[in-house]
Amino acid sequence: MTKFKNVSMLKQIKKKMTAGITAAIALSFTLGAPLASAQSDVKVGWPEKEELKFGFIKLTDMAPLAIAYEKGFFEDEGLYVTLEAQANWKVLLDRTIDGQLDGAHMLAGQPLGATIGFGTEAHVVTAFSMDLNGNGITVSNEIWEKMKAHIPVEDGKPVHPIKADYLKPVVEEYRDAGKPFNMGMVFPVSTHNYELRYWLAAGGIHPGYYAPHKGDNAGQIDAEALLSVTPPPQMPATMEAGTIYGYCVGEPWNQQAVFKGIGVPVITDYEIWKNNPEKVFGVSQAWAEKYPNTHIRVVKALIRAAMWLDENDNANRPEAVKILAKSNYVGADEDVLANSMTGTFEYEKGDKREVPDFNVFFRYNATYPFYSDAIWYLTQMRRWGQISEPKSDDWYKETARKVYKPEVYAMAAKALIAEGKAKATDFPAFATETGFKPPQSEFIDGVTYDGSKPNAYLEQFGIGLKGETVL
Amino acid sequence: MSKMANILSFSPAKSPMSGTMGAVYSRAPALLLPLIGLLMFLAIWNGVAKSIDTSLGQFPGPAQVWEQAGSLITEHSAQREKADAFYTRQEERNAARVAQDPTYEPKTREFTGSPTFFDQIWTSLYTVMVGFLIASVIAVPVGILCGLSKSAYAAINPLIQLFKPVSPLAWLPLVTMVVSALYVSDDPMFSKSFVTSALTVSLCCLWPTLINTAVGVSAIDKDLINVSKVLRLTPMSHLTKIILPSSIPMIFTGLRLSLGIGWMVLIAAEMLAQNPGLGKFVWDEFQNGSSESLARIMVAVLTIGAIGFILDRIMLSVQRAVSWDKTSVLR
Repeated sequence: MTKFKNVSMLKQIKKKMTAGITAAIALSFTLGAPLASAQSDVKVGWPEKEELKFGFIKLTDMAPLAIAYEKGFFEDEGLYVTLEAQANWKVLLDRTIDGQLDGAHMLAGQPLGATIGFGTEAHVVTAFSMDLNGNGITVSNEIWEKMKAHIPVEDGKPVHPIKADYLKPVVEEYRDAGKPFNMGMVFPVSTHNYELRYWLAAGGIHPGYYAPHKGDNAGQIDAEALLSVTPPPQMPATMEAGTIYGYCVGEPWNQQAVFKGIGVPVITDYEIWKNNPEKVFGVSQAWAEKYPNTHIRVVKALIRAAMWLDENDNANRPEAVKILAKSNYVGADEDVLANSMTGTFEYEKGDKREVPDFNVFFRYNATYPFYSDAIWYLTQMRRWGQISEPKSDDWYKETARKVYKPEVYAMAAKALIAEGKAKATDFPAFATETGFKPPQSEFIDGVTYDGSKPNAYLEQFGIGLKGETVL
Repeated sequence: MSKMANILSFSPAKSPMSGTMGAVYSRAPALLLPLIGLLMFLAIWNGVAKSIDTSLGQFPGPAQVWEQAGSLITEHSAQREKADAFYTRQEERNAARVAQDPTYEPKTREFTGSPTFFDQIWTSLYTVMVGFLIASVIAVPVGILCGLSKSAYAAINPLIQLFKPVSPLAWLPLVTMVVSALYVSDDPMFSKSFVTSALTVSLCCLWPTLINTAVGVSAIDKDLINVSKVLRLTPMSHLTKIILPSSIPMIFTGLRLSLGIGWMVLIAAEMLAQNPGLGKFVWDEFQNGSSESLARIMVAVLTIGAIGFILDRIMLSVQRAVSWDKTSVLR
C-alpha cells in the first residue's frame, strides 16, 4: 500500500478546514456527556437528497442494506436507493470519497484508517455499525494434520476454541526448514487482519509490524508468520495452490474450504473476541454535513432492517438467505449462505457445531456505533505499527468522536420510537450512554479491554508496539 | 434481406447462381462448413468441460450455458415487473407527500433495482459507441493531416508510437482521477463511471484509425494528385473529391480495428473499475461464487463475442456502402 495523494491542493485545503471544524465540534463533547440530549424534537425533516447509490462487497454482512431495500424501508423514508456491488475494498472506499457512492458497507477499520491517513486519506464517518462477528480462520489440511498432534481431544473431537499455541510448533518447523510461513487476510485495515494478528500473537507467533513512516506498508517487519492481502473469493484457490497456508476471511469462504475438502476452519472470530464489531456503514464527512436529514433517514432504514434480521430469534433468516442468494447481492448458493446465517458452523468435515451468534445484526446493541469499538481498532493499528507514533488516550477518544457518530444514530432511533416502529428498550439509554462499553474480558487470551484506557490496554500485550516505542 | 445475409455470411458470396438447386449446391460449403466448425467446437467444449473441476463446481458445458441464458431472460422479465410495482408505489408516495407538504414538487425517479443482463448489454454498447465516436472525431482529421504533411507526421509519429501500446488498465487510474477532479457537477448529465469508461475506450482505440488514415492519405495515386493539380481544385474540393474517396478503404480498415479494440478495452475497463456494463456483470458473477456463476460468465463471454462480431459486420457494410470501388474484396 502506498499513500495516495490523489486530490488537488485546493481540495486538500478545503478538507483540512472541514476536518478542523469537525474536530472542534467533536472536542466540545466531553467524555461521559449524554449524547444528543438536546434533541427533544424527534421529527426528522424531509431528505435533502432522495436518489442515493450505496456500494457493498459481496459478503453476508451486507444484509442490512439488501433487507432495507427489499422490504421497502428505504422507500418508507422517501429514499430511492440503488445498491451496487464493488470490485474490492479499495475501489469502494475511493468511490465513497469522490462522491460516486453516497455511502457504503465498509470494514470498521476503513473510516478510521482513512481519517487518520493510513492508505487513502479522507474524512469518512459512520453512524451505524452493521453487525457483530462473522469471520473465521482456516488452515490447509497439511497444517491441520500437524496442528492436530498438539490439540487436546475430548470425545474424539478437538477441544475448541483452538489457540494459536498449537500452530506455533508448526510455524517453527517451517521456519527451521527455511520456509516462510505465509497467511492471507483481506485488507491492511480489515477486521480480519487484526483478528488474525490477535489470534497469532495470543499464541506467541509474531505477525509482523507496519512502518508507514519508513514507507514500509507490507506489515512483515519481525514477522514469524507473513501476512499478505488476498481478495476474499481467491482465498481458497490461493491456499490450494500452496501460496498461503491459512487465512482469515468472512463467510462463505471458510465453509467453502470445508466443502472443497482443502482446509479446516480452526476458529471463528466469535471465539477470538466474543461479539466483536465487524462492518460499518460509512459516508464521507462532507456528505454527512451536506445531507443531515438524509443521513438520519438512511440510519433509520438500516436499523429497521437489522431488527428484521434478528426478529423472533432469527425467524426471518431463511428468507434473508433467499434474498442474499440473488445474483445482484451476494449470489452464492443458498445452502452455503444458510450455514452461517442460521447459526451453525462446520469445522473439520463432519464436525458441525452450533454457533448461534455467528452473525449478529441487532441484539446486544450491535448497530450502535460505540466509541470503544472504534478505539479498539485504533489500538490494533498502533499495536501493529500502522500508527507509528505514540498517541495519548485523548487522541484515541478524539479520533473515535471524529469518525463514529452516535448522535446521528440516537436521532434515528428516537424517530423510530416516536413512530412506534421500535421500542426504547431496543436501544441503549441515550440519556446516559457514554459510547463506552464496560470493560470486556471475553478475548481468547483473557486480556481485559477498557476502551477508556487505550494505552494501558496496549501495555498488557507481550507482542506489539506500546508506550513510546517507535520502530 | 439478402443484404443482411451478405453481412452475416462468413465468406464473400459472389458465386454465380443457376436455378434453385444450383444455389443450394454453390451455397452449401458456405453454410455447411461454418456449421461443422461450430458443432465441432460444441463437442470439444462439452468433452473438455466435463473433465475440469473448479472450486465452483464443474466447468459449464453448452447445456448449462443454455439453461443460464434462459434464466437471465426470466430474471429480466421479473425485474421489469418489479420496476412497474416500483413506479406505482412511487406515485402513491409522491401523492402522500404532496398531501403533507404542498410545496413539494413530485418527480419520477428511475427504477433503482439492479440492472439485468440486457440492461448491461445496452450500457456497454452505448458506452463503446460514444468512446468510439470521440476517438474517430479526433483520429480521422489528425490522420488526414499526418497523411498530407510529412512534417506533421514526423511531429506526431513519436506520440503515436509511444501511446499506441498502452493498455487500458494503465490508462484507467489516470482517467478516473482526472474525471473525478474535473467533472464536478451537482446534477451531472452523465455519470462519472460512464465518462471514465468512454474516455478510456477513446484513448485506446484512437490509434489504429489514426495510423491507417495517415497511411491511406499518403498513399494516394500520384495520377489523382496530378489530376487535382491540373483541374486547380480548391483545397476543400481536393479533400472531398480526391483525398477522402481514395482513402476511405484504409480509413474504414482503421475504424474497424478501432471498434474491435474499443469493445475489448471496454469490458476490461468495466471489470476493473466496476463501471456498469457487461464487464461488471462478469466480475459480479465471479465474485458470487455460486454453482451457476461460471455458466453465467460463459453466457456473457459468448454475448461479448457475438456483439463484437456484429459490430464488425455493421462497419463492413457501412464501408461497402461508402466505398467507391465496389469490386474490391472486403472481408
